[in-house]
Amino acid sequence: MSMTVQVPPTADENVETFYAASQWQLMWSAFKKHRMAMVGSFVLLFIYLVTVAFSDLLSPYSIEGVHADYPYAPPQLIRFIDAEGRFHLRPFVYGWSVEEDPVTWEDIFVKDTEAVYPIKLGVRGEQVKIWGTFKTDWHLFGVEEPGVMFLFGTDQLGRDLFTRTLHAGRISLSIGFIGVAISFVLGNLLGGISGFYGGPVDNIIQRVIEFFISIPTIPLWMALAAALPPEWPTIRVYLGITIILSFLGWTGLARVVRGKLLELREEDFVMAAKLVGETDLGIIRRHLLPSFLSYLIVSLTLSVPGMILGETALSFLGLGLRPPVVSWGVLLSTAQSFQTVALYPWLFIPAGFVIAVVLSFNFMGDGLRDAADPYAHGR
Amino acid sequence: MAMLKYGVRRLLYMLLLMVMLSVVAFVIIQLPPGDFLTSYIVELQQSGQPADEEEIEALRVRYGLDKPMYLRYLKWMWDMIRYGDLGMSFEREQPVAEIVAARLPLTILISLLTTLFAYGVSIPIGIFSAVRQYSVTDYVVTVLGFIGLAIPNFLLALIIMYILYAGFQTDIGGLFSPEYELADWSWARFVDMLKHLPPVVIVVGTGSTAWLVRVMRGVLLDELSKPYVIAARAKGISELRLLIKYPVRVAINPIISTIGWTLPGIVSGATITSIVLGLPTTGPMYLQSLRSQDMYLAGSFTMFLTLLTLIGTFISDILLAWMDPRIRFE
Repeated sequence: MSMTVQVPPTADENVETFYAASQWQLMWSAFKKHRMAMVGSFVLLFIYLVTVAFSDLLSPYSIEGVHADYPYAPPQLIRFIDAEGRFHLRPFVYGWSVEEDPVTWEDIFVKDTEAVYPIKLGVRGEQVKIWGTFKTDWHLFGVEEPGVMFLFGTDQLGRDLFTRTLHAGRISLSIGFIGVAISFVLGNLLGGISGFYGGPVDNIIQRVIEFFISIPTIPLWMALAAALPPEWPTIRVYLGITIILSFLGWTGLARVVRGKLLELREEDFVMAAKLVGETDLGIIRRHLLPSFLSYLIVSLTLSVPGMILGETALSFLGLGLRPPVVSWGVLLSTAQSFQTVALYPWLFIPAGFVIAVVLSFNFMGDGLRDAADPYAHGR
Repeated sequence: MAMLKYGVRRLLYMLLLMVMLSVVAFVIIQLPPGDFLTSYIVELQQSGQPADEEEIEALRVRYGLDKPMYLRYLKWMWDMIRYGDLGMSFEREQPVAEIVAARLPLTILISLLTTLFAYGVSIPIGIFSAVRQYSVTDYVVTVLGFIGLAIPNFLLALIIMYILYAGFQTDIGGLFSPEYELADWSWARFVDMLKHLPPVVIVVGTGSTAWLVRVMRGVLLDELSKPYVIAARAKGISELRLLIKYPVRVAINPIISTIGWTLPGIVSGATITSIVLGLPTTGPMYLQSLRSQDMYLAGSFTMFLTLLTLIGTFISDILLAWMDPRIRFE
């Protein structure tokens, strides 16, 4: 970025950088000051890395790997100090031994302090496919057979919940982004037309938006999701659900775009551009879009959590994604009743991820909104 | 006079939305490939009985499934307006109107109570949070609010059920104690239901409450720094009187006008919560009707659930115009 402002040599350096900073630099410095937003961004970055990017590498087991001896096994703690109080530099987990409850005759898992399984880097185990291409039995970390390591416990078939939660994040988190991309196109297009041309077109689009806003989302989503044929392949169901979620998500964005356009339309620089013969599309692209790009980003950030929650709710009800696809909602659908929650509380761990992600998106969106608003300075 | 004109205009607008809504509800229900009869035939085949061609054809004609979609819509609408007939539920072989009428009042009651709860709780908390900005209470409220917004209804329902079960040994699945489950309406049954309502209202209302607190706090903070507040304070009005008389009155308008946004959320929440808690409201029946493609029942539920929010929005529009003359004379 070139310095265009002539600054006297005596000027305070902070002032100089402030006036010479670009819009994005100003936003970044305002965003950095918003502590919760920074925390939220880091949490999001972390969760996206461990789920979307590296879930294959970080999983000690395969998604469908069934451990028939360990149905509903509770989570194992990673330990450094053993039963005799000795410190181990290499962390380990205790194995489970199965005993029968004397009263209910149910199988219960008891910590077996004799079975010490050290956690090793690079162990051989179940066959997995990394990023859908490389086939390998190599896992970044895990314990050697016959030891088991279920950091989040297992489900009714004895499948490792840690592995499944990471892989589910890949689906749950990407659905938000694809959904937002579709809403982005719809919202920009309709909001743009509405705000730029005004008149009867604006009126019709506004009425349609108001109509969509007044519809309770979950019942409508349920109806649309129920309309997806059950025999569809999983990929198509996934796409169908994203489209359904974005079907209602574009209205907020369209309102932002329209409001900003109406405001900016009256500005002098738009008039000037018109006078020198710029085309409509050129004005929108070169003069209007940069002015409200920041508002678009804020609006998008804030609409992602709604979609993630939507997918979770639909899958939880059994109307969204279905096994063998794993998403957080699909995992949670096994915890349908509170009896399950009471007996096997670890089945609820994916919910913690959902809440953390939604919370972080909200914090980040809040920080972005404050940063994007040039009039917020000093407030 | 201005008020009446405004009211009539909003009413006409609401009627337009209702027509749009009925079309959407009907089209959605037609979306799934096949209809109730196809799944009925599959069901018959699975149970080993051959599907009788003639019987199927008779059913098809009886339910009007042989006619084009727009004719079915017009017939549905006509019967609804003319006779209050919403069609038949294929699965339950019962008029849809009866099923809806049996379940809708409880949904309305829960939505209404939740709305009152959300507004009743959020307005005072929002005011307090704004007046004592950056106090410990303000931080606690803000953090709780964010968490409340992030937890989906169905999770909250499960968590609260678990807490009640583990802590108080009470089972809140359902709206009635077992002895009143199938009893006729009586005072005792009504009281029993009221006892079961608070957890439901809290579960459904948490999200909206959290959101409203944020709106109230934000708007009031903007108002508090305006010159008229300083002027009033300079005149020596007591702080409480000043607060209630000026800035709160201004800040309450946006809160009321957001009913149009909060109500859909509450109805959504009530639907999913009632499914998790197994309440005898529209939720579980709606889910069931969608699963079995019982189209007239599902369509009617979609329509009535949305109708709730439309009517609520209409009421809030009128309320707002009554409170704020600027809107009346626009």
